[in-house]
Amino acid sequence: MANVAAVKTPAEQALSAAYVAARGSLPGKGALAALREDAFHKFDASGLPHRRIEEWKYTDLRALLRNLYPLAAAPDVAARTRAKNAGKMLGGVDCRRVVFVDGAFAPDLSDLSPEQGVTVGSMAEALGKSDPLVSAHVGRTFATDDAAVALNTALMGDGAVIRIAAGAAAKRPINLVFASGSEKPSSAFVRSLVVVEKGAKATIIESHESGDAQVNAALELVVGDGAQVDYFKITQARAVHVASLLATIGARAQFNSFAFTADSELVRNQCFIRFAGEGTKAGMRGVSLLRGKDHVDTSLLIEQAAGHCESREQFKAVLDGQGHSVFQGKIVVKQHAQKTDAKMMTRALLLSDEAEADNKPELEIFADDVVCGHGATAGALDPGLKFYLMSRGIHEKDAEALLIQAFIGETLEDVAHDGIREALMIASLKWLGVRS
Amino acid sequence: MSFLEVRNLHVEVEDKKILNGLTLSVEKGQVAAIMGPNGSGKSTLAYVLAGKDNYKVTEGDVLLDGESILEMPPDERAAKGVFLAFQYPVEVPGVATMTFLRTALNAQRKTRGEKEFSTPEFMKLVRDTAGNLGISQEMLRRAVNVGFSGGEKKRNEILQMAILQPRLAVLDETDSGLDIDALKIVADGVNRLRSPERSMVVITHYQRLLNYIVPDVVHVLAKGRVVKSGGKDLALELEAKGYAQFAGEAA
Repeated sequence: MANVAAVKTPAEQALSAAYVAARGSLPGKGALAALREDAFHKFDASGLPHRRIEEWKYTDLRALLRNLYPLAAAPDVAARTRAKNAGKMLGGVDCRRVVFVDGAFAPDLSDLSPEQGVTVGSMAEALGKSDPLVSAHVGRTFATDDAAVALNTALMGDGAVIRIAAGAAAKRPINLVFASGSEKPSSAFVRSLVVVEKGAKATIIESHESGDAQVNAALELVVGDGAQVDYFKITQARAVHVASLLATIGARAQFNSFAFTADSELVRNQCFIRFAGEGTKAGMRGVSLLRGKDHVDTSLLIEQAAGHCESREQFKAVLDGQGHSVFQGKIVVKQHAQKTDAKMMTRALLLSDEAEADNKPELEIFADDVVCGHGATAGALDPGLKFYLMSRGIHEKDAEALLIQAFIGETLEDVAHDGIREALMIASLKWLGVRS
Repeated sequence: MSFLEVRNLHVEVEDKKILNGLTLSVEKGQVAAIMGPNGSGKSTLAYVLAGKDNYKVTEGDVLLDGESILEMPPDERAAKGVFLAFQYPVEVPGVATMTFLRTALNAQRKTRGEKEFSTPEFMKLVRDTAGNLGISQEMLRRAVNVGFSGGEKKRNEILQMAILQPRLAVLDETDSGLDIDALKIVADGVNRLRSPERSMVVITHYQRLLNYIVPDVVHVLAKGRVVKSGGKDLALELEAKGYAQFAGEAA
């Protein structure tokens, strides 16, 4: 394909320049430095993703990212203080908090108490000393040419490295809190690695809260055979937030993910998930709440590379104002992945005339003994339902709120952790409260 | 003045004229049956009384206890005591029946300036009432009408009626889709709610329901207006002769 990136935008030029300037001081030597260099060249050749690339057709990052904010400086005391209140949404849930301010690990704000079978560390530090776990997995979880991932690999600064040892069960959810503390608009590239070994159990939360910031986040997740992982991605981000989940899941594992996005200006949550072992059960769900001019793009690429796996995807969006939600879900079933059972459903609730929901489910099936299906709906609140509620005495705004709550609640119901589920429902109600 | 007065009602739905000068009165405590062939305007009357959108009143008025209700939204009419038992009750996924009942009752009580029920008080009220209609606690925990059989949906309508205690209950073809056993349970529930303080409008296509819910008066609708009124025997007469005799009745 012809190199469409012949003329670079200011943001693309700034990104390349930022890498060239920082290359010497970014953590990682030898193979890890080569990994960065390769990734940079990939990005440099392709530029930012734009709408003529099918996977990015609804989120033209090249057009939307006009200028690059300067890379965030190391957070000072003021920044750390500002970031202290981050993660309030899950305030009532007992978690192990691992905090990052403007993309940099903040051990003083984190819970690093020792726990048998649980290792928590900084990615920057791990890259710096060529940590074996990081060397073994970073950049190897899911093979992709995606430009946003390449950019992250090139410029990754810090992030979390979590290891749950074989057979261990993390006692509390681990909440990776990425907060912004800088007063000036800044950018950050964060990369995390979570390895849950054979038979281990963990709940991992990745919470992003930012003011006027540009964040490119990536989290590589390795789920071992027989492991149980619940992963949450909570996003409340102004300015620009591009996040990639790259996951490889072993055999007979249980994997559940839930993405909650609200109060965010421009978000692209992309997941690349590979079912590498047989007999795994997975559920991938999400709720996005949009108002004003919010743009939230959820894109999934699920590769069924082993048979007898079951996966369920259910994503919902509530749109008000001129919100624009995008859902792209691609399931690829490889030839030998027989008895795959995959069902994908996306539903958008449009509360205003200007809101737009784009849904693109895709199925690429190469095996011949599978059960796969997808469904997509988009529509306004059912006037018949509203009338039924009002005819029983419920006021119009309350009837609408009840129906929207029910729409969201149906998907939240599948969140197993009581505390997290309640916190997400309260956050949804809060978002709804602003509406009336 | 009668408790419910429908005066010369003309109603259009999607530019089609359905009610053509419908006039009828229902006294307090009275059970009035409305019968008529398909397209006569029976359900339209029910929806206009409840205040559904897209039903355009081009002429006439509806007074409840002397007050015109046509300008009121559905929730205000409910607080004034209007209840419509739907012919096709709506499924409301994600909203538990118990929650729905409590929200509705308390919304009405709040509008009327009455004290709202506490949850334990409310649950006791529902338990007792639901038992009489054969509605289990498990059903009350499920989402409204979701996965309910036709009979269960109709019984749920009567449960709502029993909880909300309306002054005017409009039953829109409550018997449709029910077998005899289900019909008996629903009719018993309705009859238990008969009172000198409550008026009922029982809309039905077939006479059979009226064996169980015996009306005080029967009105026959044809082409959007009342063409004949009489006692409960009028229903039996219609059963024998059919609606054809009213086919010539023009607007």
